[in-house]
Amino acid sequence: MVKKTLVAAAAISLSTFALSSCGSSSGADSGSDSNDGTITMGFAQVGAESGWRTANTKSIQDTAKAEGVDLKFTDAQGKQENQIQAIRSYIQQKVDVIAFSPVVETGFDAVLQEAKAANIPVILTDRAVDADPSLYKTFLGSDFVVEGEKAGDWLVENAKDADVDGDGTVNVVQLEGTTGAAPAIDRAEGFAEKIKADDSIEITASQTGDFTRDGGKQVMESFLQSDDSIDVVFAHNDDMGLGAIEAIEAAGLEPGKDIKIITIDAVKDGMQALADGKINYIVECNPLLGPQLMDLAKKVLDGEEVPARVLTDETAFTQEDAKAALPDRQY
Amino acid sequence: MPETATRAQRVLRHPLLWPVMALVVLLLVNVVAKPSFLDVRMQDGHLYGNLIDIMRNSAPVMLVALGMTLVIATRGIDLSVGAIAAIAAAVACTRIIGAGDEAALSTAVMAMTYAVVVCIVLGAWNGLLVSVLGIQPIIATLILMVAGRGISMAITDGQITTVNNPFFSDLASGFVLTLPLAFLVAVAMVLFTAVLTRRTALGMLIEAVGINPEASRLAGVRARTIIWTVYAFSGLCAGLAGLVIAANTNSVNANSLGLWIELDAILAVVIGGTSLMGGRFSLAGTFVGALFIATLARTIPNIGIPSEVNYLFKAVVVIAVCLLQSPKARALLRVRRSAAPTLAKAGSPA
Repeated sequence: MVKKTLVAAAAISLSTFALSSCGSSSGADSGSDSNDGTITMGFAQVGAESGWRTANTKSIQDTAKAEGVDLKFTDAQGKQENQIQAIRSYIQQKVDVIAFSPVVETGFDAVLQEAKAANIPVILTDRAVDADPSLYKTFLGSDFVVEGEKAGDWLVENAKDADVDGDGTVNVVQLEGTTGAAPAIDRAEGFAEKIKADDSIEITASQTGDFTRDGGKQVMESFLQSDDSIDVVFAHNDDMGLGAIEAIEAAGLEPGKDIKIITIDAVKDGMQALADGKINYIVECNPLLGPQLMDLAKKVLDGEEVPARVLTDETAFTQEDAKAALPDRQY
Repeated sequence: MPETATRAQRVLRHPLLWPVMALVVLLLVNVVAKPSFLDVRMQDGHLYGNLIDIMRNSAPVMLVALGMTLVIATRGIDLSVGAIAAIAAAVACTRIIGAGDEAALSTAVMAMTYAVVVCIVLGAWNGLLVSVLGIQPIIATLILMVAGRGISMAITDGQITTVNNPFFSDLASGFVLTLPLAFLVAVAMVLFTAVLTRRTALGMLIEAVGINPEASRLAGVRARTIIWTVYAFSGLCAGLAGLVIAANTNSVNANSLGLWIELDAILAVVIGGTSLMGGRFSLAGTFVGALFIATLARTIPNIGIPSEVNYLFKAVVVIAVCLLQSPKARALLRVRRSAAPTLAKAGSPA
């Protein structure tokens, strides 16, 4: 009996020793890291669900390599619990800074509290969370409302050209993103706000195409059947715009001329269509956050104040811009 | 009753009555919303109009539902069809891109053949799990439903792959005899299957397996081979559907291609009057069911349902159709309307 208890006690103490030594050794590692000036960053990515996301991941990994940042990278495969686990393990490894693109908006409060208690600054990229702003340092990402506004501004400026059939009104059909997704809601809002400036511009129909080419094509087919006065398509991403192009061509019309097309994202296929004259204007949604993220991480670790919201450097492309930009486009 | 049944009563009892009526009503709703809905005109040498679009867009669901019908007739289910469609598209598109001459006819034919063979193998894998290893169909096919999308992502490196091959594109966007090629392919598959199952004993054997696999085995039916075959056939159909979807946009997005098509297909099968309990199936019903699903998809933008209530609208229509088809629900309605109890029996399944 006594013997058994002893063995058990020894086993427990051994295992705790093993655990603590494990924890302390990695702690010592990262401690020395921050002393010698190397930054250790834990990055918990959403997944690899699109070309945009892949470019985003690549940018972060490449920049980290170039700037000598020790990047610990995990892919949450679109699941929040994976992401929370990854962040917890970063806290245990005592990385210098944690960055992540939240899978969803809510449910990160507890793990963010833990990071705060461990004195590890957190930077959000690309997507926001619905949590106390004191729990993270800053949020680096696109402003989807601004993207919608840029699209709306361009249309207002080019309203005369956009009125293809010359009937005095610019009839716009909108291909929405996935219902309820932040980019879909915000882009629609920004666009609607800006086109108010011109009474002749009117959204005559709006329907979700789920951010996919197939969805965009099917919805556009239907719009074309029921309305022959469409002047402009505003698609919430390039892919739906590319689907719309196919539908317009199948209807015997010329995309970019008979019907103007405005999209958002600027992925490679979209830029190609823009350069080919099939799309008229693309507002960029830039996935190459790496340089800005590393810059912010350094500032945060040096104790500099950073703004709570940092916008991604973004631009917009006309057909001429696309021709110039296409050769060295990374994604 | 049956001997004295009038023609009207026979029509009323025909199992295709309710699916066809649902389709007609849905078309009428569209016409009321947009009187020009049924207009069809010639353009660039082929027909053009909502009905033509519906035919073309119904092809993927029709193909998937066709395979699903036979699987369901054996009291099984195939959840992996969407993932198999994505794999077919991924395989075909990457092969087209990797070929020497991207735009050649031979490239398209080779790539599609290769993709279809891969899908038959995947379907056979499902069949192996179900028939030989005795795993429940919903679990056996769930494996490939999850893994398959991962496989298609791996094939395409998670990127949207765009192809430029006019022959591949024609599979979805091309026209033969002024009708969409995709629709003709789907119809040809349905007819082929109908002849194969209804002009031979195969259909009856499939139904026998669905009613009682053990009893049919004891009666000398090769239940295992039949189950294996229907899953492989379902894989083939799903693969063809995947090719049509990819050709429609000349690209494959492994994430979204064929996503939830299994549910649309099951719905088409059920609306068509095939019982999920197995033991009987109706290919004509599945044909109508697939057209119904495609018409429903077209109805939403046509009558201008706001995006937020899309799914709600779909659900309401589906529940209405299911209630219409349920003899019990119809009987309840009728008893309330009139006190003619004999009529209540008229709707019992044929």
